[in-house]
Amino acid sequence: MLNRFMQSRLRGLMILALILIILPAFLGNPFHYELVTQMAIIAATVVGLNLLVGFAGQISLGHAGFFGLGAYFSGIATGTYGWPSVPALLVGAILVALIAWIVGRPILRLKGHYLSMATLAVGFIIAIILNNERALTGGPDGMPVPAFEVFGWELSAFGRYSLFGLEIEGFQAWYIFASVVLLVAVWFALNLIESPIGRALRSVHGSEVAASVVGVNTAKYKSLVFVISAIYASLMGGLYAHFQGFITPAVASFEFSILFITMVVLGGMGSTFGVILGAVVLKLLPQVLADFQELETVMFGLILMLTMIFMPKGLLPTLTAIVSKRMRKKAGGEA
Amino acid sequence: MLAEFLQYLFTGITIGATYALIALGFTLIYNASHVINFAQGEFLMIGGMATVSLTAMGVPMVFAVVLAIILAGVLGIALQRLAIAPAKQADVVTLIIITIGASIFIRGIAQVVWGKEYHVMQNFSTDQPIQVFGAVLNSQSLWVLGIGAVMVVALVLFFTKTLIGKAILATSMNKEAARLVGIRTQMVLMLAFMVSALLGSVAGIVVAPITFTSYDIGIILGLKGFVAAAIGGLGSGVGAVVGGLALGIVEAMAAGYISSDYKDAVAFSMILLVLFFMPRGLFGAKVVERV
Repeated sequence: MLNRFMQSRLRGLMILALILIILPAFLGNPFHYELVTQMAIIAATVVGLNLLVGFAGQISLGHAGFFGLGAYFSGIATGTYGWPSVPALLVGAILVALIAWIVGRPILRLKGHYLSMATLAVGFIIAIILNNERALTGGPDGMPVPAFEVFGWELSAFGRYSLFGLEIEGFQAWYIFASVVLLVAVWFALNLIESPIGRALRSVHGSEVAASVVGVNTAKYKSLVFVISAIYASLMGGLYAHFQGFITPAVASFEFSILFITMVVLGGMGSTFGVILGAVVLKLLPQVLADFQELETVMFGLILMLTMIFMPKGLLPTLTAIVSKRMRKKAGGEA
Repeated sequence: MLAEFLQYLFTGITIGATYALIALGFTLIYNASHVINFAQGEFLMIGGMATVSLTAMGVPMVFAVVLAIILAGVLGIALQRLAIAPAKQADVVTLIIITIGASIFIRGIAQVVWGKEYHVMQNFSTDQPIQVFGAVLNSQSLWVLGIGAVMVVALVLFFTKTLIGKAILATSMNKEAARLVGIRTQMVLMLAFMVSALLGSVAGIVVAPITFTSYDIGIILGLKGFVAAAIGGLGSGVGAVVGGLALGIVEAMAAGYISSDYKDAVAFSMILLVLFFMPRGLFGAKVVERV
């Protein structure tokens, strides 16, 4: 049983790795690479958010706030104060974790969607501060962020690198780096789900009362997973800032928070690979719809509505259900 | 000193009354279905924009207002029938995402029909401001407050005196029991969306001469209404009204005495304070879960 679990868990990760390895064959220009790299970073963020939504049954309407705070902390610490990138990422994550813990601990003791209101408020407050503290953040115009560097080795989208003797461009190097980050993010999430913490969390989602009766400290586990999801957002925000080289308060905006949660629900709440698909679809959709010009917004809203109405469980869970039903039918026919 | 204070108070109460109406719309739908309707702000936008464009076409103001309210009501019904009702087995979170999709869709259509620019609506009566102890009161503020009060009284009567209102209340208290005594809960849900849309469009129309109106005004107003509902305790009618007024006043005072850049931050901090110290909001009911 445990063996099979391990296998299925690794199988999904292997497929994802395979896709990420094959993908460059279809990427023609730097713009494609940029898009896919953004997708990978955002996908890793929603994998973290999915832990909260899918396994604690709570929604966050302010995750972009954590993402944006991570981005700006990295930007300010490395750019203005000359910190190395990695310590900036980590200290930013600790700060965000602290905020998440302070907010989550009292509120997650309550039953209901109070966390969504609290996170909405926190996200907005962060965005307002980033917009108004011009001296520190550059205000609405944004600020430049230095390239990512580790021990003097710099990773810039405009650099040139050699990898195992192969000459590659900076944007390709970033793609590889973001792919590895996504795989690690997924691997960590899958492990967390199968850990005792994950089991406790699923029991909370099933029946909170039953879980607390058998001695699971439900509030503690829910705040823990909220903090973890906020750390995901902060780290990814920091990487995003280094990758883009320039950030504006839009990274912390309410619209961005809504986009994150929509990716989770559209892809399939609770399905780690589903939410990655959700991130890919919602990042690609505006590119595809750009041809519709002024009807772009209408089409986006319509597609979002129709998908949720006809696939309420989300894209990936619905699709896998259809495929496995077909396969069972086929197997039944042959027998 | 007093004039300044009164000025902020008037501004706060006026905008607060609008927030209260929006918050009531959220409360109605939340009670009937536990859905946070993110398309609530779009009802306001439709109310204001339709009135502006109808009067521009030469329709008398009164008819324009009535038509705009009817349009919003139909939109509310359509939202429930076409988008919420078909997704029967969906999780509440999924339904919330559907309302987000609906709001983007409606906003997109408004942008195509009415364009992106701001539209100005005439005051209902005189443009002449009223002087009170040195403070200036926009005559439209009186319309906002008066109509807001009428709407609240009408709602109270609707829920306590009419059979339909009682059916909605019963459904919000216990859906299964309501169905057992013969209430058609789907119908109730549709009514909740309709009444909520009517409330929203009225709010959108009365406030339009003060704030102007545009295709995207629903985002921020809807959000403020939600904040007001959260402060009052999501699901409580009294809470929605008090939450709306409190939010409006605090916002105006913060903008006046502290900093207009941070007035929204003050509003959002209010949610956190309320959640930390009065987790169920000012008037939220204590929830006991049966297992």
